[in-house]
Amino acid sequence: MDFDLSEEQRLLRASLTRLLADRYGFEQRKAYARDPDGWSRAMWAAYAELGILGLPFAEAEGGFGGGAVETMLVAEALGEALTLEPWFATVVLGGGFLRHGASADRRASLVPSIADGTLLLAFAQTEAQSRWDLHDVATTAKRDGDGWVLEGRKVVVLHGDAADRLVVTARTSGDRRDCTGIGVFLVDATTAGLTRRGHRTNDGRRAAEVTLSGVRVAAEDVLGDPGDGLPLIERVVDEAIAALAAEAVGVMTAAQKLTLDYLKMRKQFGVPIGSFQVLQHRAADIMMAIEQSRSMAMYAAMSLDEPDAAERSRAMSAVKAQIGRAAKFVAEETVQLHGGIGITMEYAVAHCMARLGAIEAMFGNAEFHLRRLADTGGLIAA
Amino acid sequence: MDLRFTAEERAFRTEVRDFIDRTLPDETRARMASGRTPTKQQWGWWHGRLYEQGWSVPDWAKEHGGPGWTPVQRYIFREELQQAPAPQPQQFGTMMVGPVIIAFGSEAQKRRFLPGIRSGAEWWCQGFSEPGAGSDLASLKTSARRVDDHYIVNGQKTWTTLAHWADWIFALVRTDPAAPKKQEGIGFLLIDMKSPGITVRPIVTIDGEHEINEVFFDDVKVPVENMVGDERRGWDCAKFLLSNERTGQARVGMSKERIRRLKRIASETPAGGRPLIEDIRFRERLAAVEVELKALEITTMRVVAAEQKALGARKPDPASSLLKVKGSEILQSISALMVEAAGPYGIAAPMEEAPEGANEPEIVPDWAAMAQPIWMNWRKLSIYGGTNEIQRNIMAKAFLGL
Repeated sequence: MDFDLSEEQRLLRASLTRLLADRYGFEQRKAYARDPDGWSRAMWAAYAELGILGLPFAEAEGGFGGGAVETMLVAEALGEALTLEPWFATVVLGGGFLRHGASADRRASLVPSIADGTLLLAFAQTEAQSRWDLHDVATTAKRDGDGWVLEGRKVVVLHGDAADRLVVTARTSGDRRDCTGIGVFLVDATTAGLTRRGHRTNDGRRAAEVTLSGVRVAAEDVLGDPGDGLPLIERVVDEAIAALAAEAVGVMTAAQKLTLDYLKMRKQFGVPIGSFQVLQHRAADIMMAIEQSRSMAMYAAMSLDEPDAAERSRAMSAVKAQIGRAAKFVAEETVQLHGGIGITMEYAVAHCMARLGAIEAMFGNAEFHLRRLADTGGLIAA
Repeated sequence: MDLRFTAEERAFRTEVRDFIDRTLPDETRARMASGRTPTKQQWGWWHGRLYEQGWSVPDWAKEHGGPGWTPVQRYIFREELQQAPAPQPQQFGTMMVGPVIIAFGSEAQKRRFLPGIRSGAEWWCQGFSEPGAGSDLASLKTSARRVDDHYIVNGQKTWTTLAHWADWIFALVRTDPAAPKKQEGIGFLLIDMKSPGITVRPIVTIDGEHEINEVFFDDVKVPVENMVGDERRGWDCAKFLLSNERTGQARVGMSKERIRRLKRIASETPAGGRPLIEDIRFRERLAAVEVELKALEITTMRVVAAEQKALGARKPDPASSLLKVKGSEILQSISALMVEAAGPYGIAAPMEEAPEGANEPEIVPDWAAMAQPIWMNWRKLSIYGGTNEIQRNIMAKAFLGL
């Protein structure tokens, strides 16, 4: 039992934190957000230089060779600075599918361009009717010679309008909610028949509706088993949940720092408002929620190697349920403790709330995961 | 970063578990599982077996007769006792006054008192709270006036757990009423409960049980050699004592044991024509507690790992308040779910003893009759040892800088 970081891990965190401290202040962030993409290509290049775009890939494939703990550290730091770049969509989601679903040849050709920042990926999974059910897939993939033809509509695809390639889930057989018969396809965004309508998200990012109409996909762009892709999808989503948990810890930490500064600085009735016990106790509750979340983010990172997929998924449901509840609580409380300034766009705590709200809405909210955990027997065997 | 225990630690856990399974009497285990305090006889006997094994003072260094365990071993040991469930070593001696005597006491006091604490031959109780000194402990009034080679003690302590079993009480007493600060002029005094002038009066708690007492001191003569350290610096002893064994406060093993029990009960208890565990609302509320408990378990392990690294260096840690607040809230949530499981049986009061092997069929299952008393009694978890509100004050002031 060991919660220490290795020398390399400490170094990774320190260099990323330094970069973000220098170049991702709240005012700088506002400028990045005004870019049509909604994020900074210059920062993206800086991430590439630091190695965090190739973070989870094997060194032999052109990556950084990082594991779940490295991903946790990077996600937390990116969260604390409220970064806007598509690291999560490209490296964690897209990268996850390449790591667990692509052939070695395919990885060899794609990983270097992810690591150097030239290739952006997005995960096109959610459909109008699916909510967070990963097996609810109406989009179809029909065989066409060696390849496949995709038909369907995906919604709220994070960074879907900027991505060069999309990881698309589609049904190869069976009924809409069957757990088998789902394939995963890597689709070039410029393929004929693929149209995108981009839109803003509440946390200052971009997402897209993706419509697939007779979209042809070559056999080499199938990721994993086209007849049984759900285990692959679940594995990548579990990694995504672990990363989101760490990011949420970073965002909550940022909101807490702002709030503590405000409580000490803001005076009413002639004294700092932090001297009022009713606010002190709420600050203590925020601290407890964050420390519990930090523990769960660590638990998530250290549970990803669990060989039993069902047990791993139960652990991730516990993580997302706890993170979701804590994030909602911390977001609401930190805004409330600021008073009016807390609900303005010009102040960072509002952006923390927006990001935490987005994290709660991705890959299952707290109630969804609590139910899933409850339906699979909970964490403790009777 | 790694959550796993080492091979040696896993072997240690097995050794502890095997010892408990081999040694713990069924009646003691059943009484603990029912949620009752063990009888004095059961507790004393068990402490004696732990003593023979060399395990009765898990936190003590080898030189004082402890096993010299690492923080991780101590965590594992406590968790195994809680999960059995088995009684802990008698806490007032081993976790409270013992470490204070080791840290602040004279050689004569160590020779006189440590052996009886280790063996369990002498039972201790804690004389801190008074009717006028609860959260504001330093305003205590019980006085110890020096007369020749004695102190004359007058006053009243209250909420004194197991005073009716105790041979000795360690008490905070005011030695200098004129001290400029109320924390100064307090002594940490060891008092023989058989001394003339001591009266113990039971306080019956909300569950109908006798666990706590009032203790009255009326011109009680205490030899000066029973003062631990400086007669004006007893507050240091109290702070040291209250900061001890922070990770035990989370009681993760106890919560796990109660959840296992609750799950078994909920799968056998009908509700709406089906087992209660199939009720999605009940199941989700239980899952929510399990999630909080998992987070608390990892937080506890973080603190234990930090203690392991610090090699005995002791410093205040925001986690100790967090562990206390969260640990108590989780146990209270479990107790409320147990009440829900009991349903209409919730009105029935339990019998004195868990009905072990009785011929007559029981009217109300013992677990169900115990549900409301435990739910009521466990309010104490967020009240004693510094209320959860005091813990929040500590977190805000000491760690958030407010």
